[in-house]
Amino acid sequence: MDTKRLSNQFEPKFFKEHQEKLYQALEDKHTTVEMMDEDDPLNTKMVLNMGPQHPATHGVLRLILQLNGELIEKAKVDVGYLHRGVEKIAENKTYQEFMPYTDRMDYLSPYSNNVALCTAVEKIANVEVPERAHYIRMIGCELARISSHLIWLGTMVMDAGAVSYFIWAFREREKLLDIFDQLTGHRFTVSHARIGGVANDITDTAMAMIKEFVNTFPKELKDWHKTLDRNRIFFDRNRGVGVLDTEDALESGATGPTLRGSGYAYDIRTVTPYARYEEVEFEVPTRLEGDNLARYYVRMEEMHESIRIIRQCLEKLPKGPVRTDNAKQAYPSKDEVYYSMEGMIHDFMMTDTGICPPEGAEAYHAVEAAKGELGYYIQSDGSGHPWRMKINSPSFKNLQILEQILEGEMVADTVVIIGGVDPVMGECDK
Amino acid sequence: MDLELSETLQNVVDGLSEDFTDSFIEVYQSSGDTFIRVEVDAIIDICRYLKNEHHFIYLSDAFGVDRFTSNERFEVVYNLVSLRARQHLFVKVRLPEEGPVLPSVTGIWKSANWMEREIYDMFGIRFTGHPDFRRIFMPEDFDYYPLRKEFPLLGIPGSIELPSTTPDPE
Repeated sequence: MDTKRLSNQFEPKFFKEHQEKLYQALEDKHTTVEMMDEDDPLNTKMVLNMGPQHPATHGVLRLILQLNGELIEKAKVDVGYLHRGVEKIAENKTYQEFMPYTDRMDYLSPYSNNVALCTAVEKIANVEVPERAHYIRMIGCELARISSHLIWLGTMVMDAGAVSYFIWAFREREKLLDIFDQLTGHRFTVSHARIGGVANDITDTAMAMIKEFVNTFPKELKDWHKTLDRNRIFFDRNRGVGVLDTEDALESGATGPTLRGSGYAYDIRTVTPYARYEEVEFEVPTRLEGDNLARYYVRMEEMHESIRIIRQCLEKLPKGPVRTDNAKQAYPSKDEVYYSMEGMIHDFMMTDTGICPPEGAEAYHAVEAAKGELGYYIQSDGSGHPWRMKINSPSFKNLQILEQILEGEMVADTVVIIGGVDPVMGECDK
Repeated sequence: MDLELSETLQNVVDGLSEDFTDSFIEVYQSSGDTFIRVEVDAIIDICRYLKNEHHFIYLSDAFGVDRFTSNERFEVVYNLVSLRARQHLFVKVRLPEEGPVLPSVTGIWKSANWMEREIYDMFGIRFTGHPDFRRIFMPEDFDYYPLRKEFPLLGIPGSIELPSTTPDPE
């Protein structure tokens, strides 16, 4: 066999200039990691390229690590392999048309993304949302948070060596996807929220399924706590690994569970409550250690709190419409569209032009998604398309600190630290 | 225009109009958010002042806007958060179309590092004093700035080498 042709075929093909600059940046980087003993025979320097197709990077994250023996001296994170330019696409779509793209940003908790877009548009265009829709959104968001944390639990614990967790977490997640199927009509990319409310009301089946999940899931969580909280292997793999100091966390722009694991109880749901979060009771789990174990506890406790929020929402769920009854602001209900002329015209107008916020208006609205603060900044020029839409994505900010916390760690811990930070590349790369 | 400012933001506006009279251009509100616009030369001093004196210790986001006007075409917006007052404050600067340059705020908030790289990548606005100034999403070999309004939605054919969409002949 022609070996030369073979080696050409398997040589990684990165963009030439990009690669040169990346290596230059790695070389220029200043770190304070202490060198090991010079005489150590294991003390050999090497540059390790990890990704973008590495299975433990949860997508297409690429790391360039400069190793000294097994110690990571310097790290560079290369993102952008999933860049689809959604902000550019948003400028050419109506607000409602853009909704399915938000599903594909943080594809592990699509419901929160839909709500984030809707709340931002509602803020800029002054749309009133009915009470019942708020509660349905909260239920959806918390279910999405649990489903996202389940993926994190399954993959992170699998990266630490316990493969069976992947199966257990996915079994529970499967139930959640079935609930989403009943609630929204889709299992995965839900697109359920609408500007001015939600697409449809909770059906009786969905209600029964949510109630059953809320009753059975805490027992599973308790079992998982039992197997992990006192597990020596899990402890040793996570304690003191990937430490983000409290002083450093805010400065470096961490958000979500990563920030709360470092000691700041910064949660948008309590800081600037949206929907009806001020009417339910819940705690914001916070830890001081800032290591991977702290992030584990924060996320596990967040799942408990989510269940608590869903219970309260189910109790308080008011009766009434699920979408605002203003044809200039939201889609009319299907009954109106099928049986009245005005309804059909309004439906057509909403699809064609969409909702038009006032000219020159600007708004920023953030929600607490599973990964952290997810904000939409919208600037309007008075038409149905946004002039500029900026998505403030939590994974982007959390990956930035990865460069920092990887330094001084062992190369074997890399995958656990990535798992602990829990990035989603679709959201980071936009 | 009447402003409804909270106590913290009123203090910020008063402080800025006192200490930075020349560089403080305007303050306005839109949809409940407060925006202040300042001169480019003073951005570092003002950011440091806001962080040290008014406790805006968290930089939530920084992004660019293409206004597509003949003068002062680009805008850079900093989204600052005061955890103590639970307030957002948006600081804006405007830049010319030709050779937009801005001093980097990475010395004040470390998190500005990637955000400024993203602004450069998408709009071509350069930052001086940035520790690691490269593009972030697009590869270095790419010559255009995709979020500028003149960049077509479908991209520019041939601007970047893409993997072939047909399977290899062998």
